[in-house]
Amino acid sequence: MVYLTRKAEFSASHFYHNPEFTEEENQRIFGKCNNPNGHGHNYTLEVTVKGEINPRSGFVVDLKQLKETMSREVLDALDHRFLNKEVPEFFTLIPTTENLAIAIWQRLSPKLQAARLHRVRVYETSDLFVDFYGEEA
Amino acid sequence: MKAYLTRRYVFSASHRLHSDAMSDAENVSTYGKCNNPHGHGHNYTLEVTVSGPVNQKTGMVCNLTDLDEFVHAEILERFDHQNLNTLSEFATIVPSTENLCVLVYDILQRGFRHAHLEKVRFEETMMNSFEYWGQNRVIE
Repeated sequence: MVYLTRKAEFSASHFYHNPEFTEEENQRIFGKCNNPNGHGHNYTLEVTVKGEINPRSGFVVDLKQLKETMSREVLDALDHRFLNKEVPEFFTLIPTTENLAIAIWQRLSPKLQAARLHRVRVYETSDLFVDFYGEEA
Repeated sequence: MKAYLTRRYVFSASHRLHSDAMSDAENVSTYGKCNNPHGHGHNYTLEVTVSGPVNQKTGMVCNLTDLDEFVHAEILERFDHQNLNTLSEFATIVPSTENLCVLVYDILQRGFRHAHLEKVRFEETMMNSFEYWGQNRVIE
C-alpha cells in the first residue's frame, strides 16, 4: 500500500453561530468567531489517497485526475466563498475546521476512482489543523 | 464523526544533556556539544493532537479556548524561557526532548478533560522532531 498526498489552497470566509444557543452562549462559546459579518482564512488542504501501485503506470493514482477532482468537487465550491451563505452543507452545519474536513471527505470520497481516500487534512492557519479519516465515531 | 485536531505552540528554553550516571568522558562522547556545561537553547514547537466526536451543536472536537488555556497555564507558563535543568521535573532525568515530550504528554493526559489526547509532538529544530502517543500505543 502506498500513500500519496496532494496539497491545494483556498480562501474563504465564515463565522460560527448556532441559532439554538442564546446570544450570550454564542459569544461565550465561539468568541470572536461569532462576528456575523464573518472573517476569512487561507486554508491549506491536504488530500491523502492510498492504493497499490499500478504495475503498468507506476502510479497509485493519476495525479492529474486527482487534481481535477479536487478542483471540481472542492475548490470550485469553496474558494473565495462565504461558507455559511454559499456552501449548502453549512446552511445548517457550523463551518468549523472539523466540519470542513468532514464535508470535503464527503465530497471527494465517492468521486475517487483508482485510489481510496485515506485522510483529509485542513489547515485553518499554520498553527491549527484537523484530520479526518472517515471514522464514524 | 471522529476528527483529530492539532494545535501548535512555540516556546523557548535552554537545557544541557548530562547524566550523573555517566563519567565526564562518557557524557561528552554521548551528548557531544549538547553536554556544554553552560547549556544551550531552542525554540521548541509543540504540537498537541486531540480527538473525539465532532459535537453536533458546536461543530467542534473541543473548544480551542479550553486547549489554549490549559497549555498556556500548565505547559508554556512552566517551561517558556526557563533552563529546563533547573526545574524539579528534570532533577533526576535528562532534559532531552524525548523526556520533555513524555512529560508534556503526561501533564495533558492527567489534566486535560475536554477531548481525548492522541499525541504530543515536539520539533526541537526544523531538522528533528519527537512524538509520543502514550505507552500503550503500538504504531503499526
